Amino acid sequence: MAKIRVENLYKIFGPKPKRAISMVEEGKSKDEILDEIGCTVAVSDANLEIEIGEIFVVMGLSGSGKSTLLRCLNRLIEPTAGNVYLDDDAVDVLSAREEDLRHIRRSKMSMVFQHFGLLPHRTVAANVSFGLEIQGVDQSTRIEKAYETIETVGLSGYEEKMTGELSGGMQQRVGLARALATDPEILLMDEAFSALDPLIRTNMQDELLELQSKVQKTIVFITHDLDEALKLGDRIAIMNQNGQIEQVGTSEEILSNPASHYVEAFVENVDRSKVITATSIMFDHPERVVEPKEGPGVAVRRMRKWGISHLAVTNSENKFQGFVAIDDAVKMQKEGKNTLESIIKHKDRGIIPDTPVADILPMVWDNNIPVVVIDEDGKMDGIVYRPSVIAEITGEEVESAKKLDEIEEPEATESETEVEND
Amino acid sequence: MIDLHIGEGIEIAINWLTDNLSVVFDIIREVLTGIVTVFETVLLFPPEMVTIVIFAALAWWIAGRGVGIFSLVGLWLIASMGFWDETMVTLALVVTSALVALVIGIPVGIWASRSDAVASVVRPILDFMQTMPAFVYLIPAVLFFQLGKVPGAVATVIFSMPPAVRLTNLGIRQVHEEVVEAARSFGSTDRQLLFKVQIPLAMPTILAGVNQTIMLALSMVVIAAMIGAGGLGGEILKGITQLKIGLGFESGIAVVILAIFLDRITQALGAGS
Repeated sequence: MAKIRVENLYKIFGPKPKRAISMVEEGKSKDEILDEIGCTVAVSDANLEIEIGEIFVVMGLSGSGKSTLLRCLNRLIEPTAGNVYLDDDAVDVLSAREEDLRHIRRSKMSMVFQHFGLLPHRTVAANVSFGLEIQGVDQSTRIEKAYETIETVGLSGYEEKMTGELSGGMQQRVGLARALATDPEILLMDEAFSALDPLIRTNMQDELLELQSKVQKTIVFITHDLDEALKLGDRIAIMNQNGQIEQVGTSEEILSNPASHYVEAFVENVDRSKVITATSIMFDHPERVVEPKEGPGVAVRRMRKWGISHLAVTNSENKFQGFVAIDDAVKMQKEGKNTLESIIKHKDRGIIPDTPVADILPMVWDNNIPVVVIDEDGKMDGIVYRPSVIAEITGEEVESAKKLDEIEEPEATESETEVEND
Repeated sequence: MIDLHIGEGIEIAINWLTDNLSVVFDIIREVLTGIVTVFETVLLFPPEMVTIVIFAALAWWIAGRGVGIFSLVGLWLIASMGFWDETMVTLALVVTSALVALVIGIPVGIWASRSDAVASVVRPILDFMQTMPAFVYLIPAVLFFQLGKVPGAVATVIFSMPPAVRLTNLGIRQVHEEVVEAARSFGSTDRQLLFKVQIPLAMPTILAGVNQTIMLALSMVVIAAMIGAGGLGGEILKGITQLKIGLGFESGIAVVILAIFLDRITQALGAGS
């Protein structure tokens, strides 16, 4: 369900907005348009669908028009052309009359600002209850709600302090509480943590994620910090210097498949190992398993076929049991036993799909045993091999990791021949 | 060179106004006379020492002990020099004029802050009002309202209004854009934005404007003595015309004391908010 849908949205500052739009359509750049007709293209043909309950990050360098885009959503800035819809197109924001727009701002979406935008002449509680005051909610109800929200953001005890007495991080908590106090469905966060010290910023990011898991708002988060975008965003939109959206996708999609050179240049220096997760480097090899009752003979044959030294063991429900090693299996085969139960090892080599590569590395560092990705139901989802992890960490392209898979195949045929020669 | 007779034009305009709008001027005169009389009566009703103590206490409460002590000594000095009644007449005229100037000036300032068009019209008018030599206002004032306190008050209102307009406009425009955006983003109406956010945050600047208006009013009220506004200005004028150096200085000192008293109190109001 699209909570917010943005369609062909333009914002042009300057004397000839219509002209500027047609110049954009002709493919002229922001600088050319500024030179020729003195118009600044802030947002250029933006199309977005933001799902309910997701943190959607809009990321771009300063001057890319990301804050303007955000302000077009609640019409703090009036867009030049395009459409903004809410709730599966039920609400048309841009054609709302003033009164309806006020209603949207009061009940549907609230905003958190980079420099907090607090009222310095008021206490924390009076700041937090501002939105409710504007709606005409009575004093005792709104103070009660304010105290409640202040507790949610971890500021209990500061309710009657003036905002100027608080540190930056605490002031932004007040800003966040103020935005939450009206119970909006959508939170618009404009570089909300950019003015904070790095350490405080990281804390606030963690707390936002924790808070989001409880409140489940639809959050549109603006930032110029790629690490912040990757950390917070369920999906990320990257804006370029022409005010255009270059790519929308999950952090992994953006890191693994940059849609353009601009995005590629952007993500070049990211510490991929913390962002890329098991899901994107695992191989879907449903056939490379063995069930305990199939016995050592089958296990040995399969390992020889693919040229691997360890084979994952799953039960009949496809739940991961551990690995069997080829030498153990061969030994067992010679002893004539027919169940694998007693030689299953490495039962701890199962990980969840979201495990970052950085956390997988220690598991494969000093051995060549793969790791199994297990989904929520405990079922086997895929296998991660050591070369993929190493390739990811060393910054090699993902393709090289994929090639490893191809390389394995001929090796496998070779070893199969060996077996036949035996 | 073309001979331009702007002066003649203005004379014609003013004569036309005197002839045709006398009812309006009469109403203004009655209202202003009423207000000035009320203030004079209230200020002169209690015994000198009672008023002095009340004023000193007020100064102490608003602006602190130092200003309180200064007010007590200063006002006592004025009374001892024998200028008490004149000082109170001047004060009544200052308060009346400043009040009218603020009642007009602050709303105009708010209006100008909300519209660049209004601001660009208001600005040259304010420049004109402030730079035109103060004496020049006295002539049409006399023509419209005859001699006395009312033309003095009117000239004072015109002369002292600009800072109230300017600083109100400036104060509201200086409110941080993000705070205004925040108020809007929560669905404030224009009125809520003005009264809950802009005016409270602009208050120190607006009060600086109030302070300036009162100080300009005091200086103009003294000049208005030339058209019979009386008070301390009248004594100063007497000192000049009769070459009484002592009288001139004594009444001058009384003006200075009154000025400091008014300035410190209104400044403290601004700093406190």
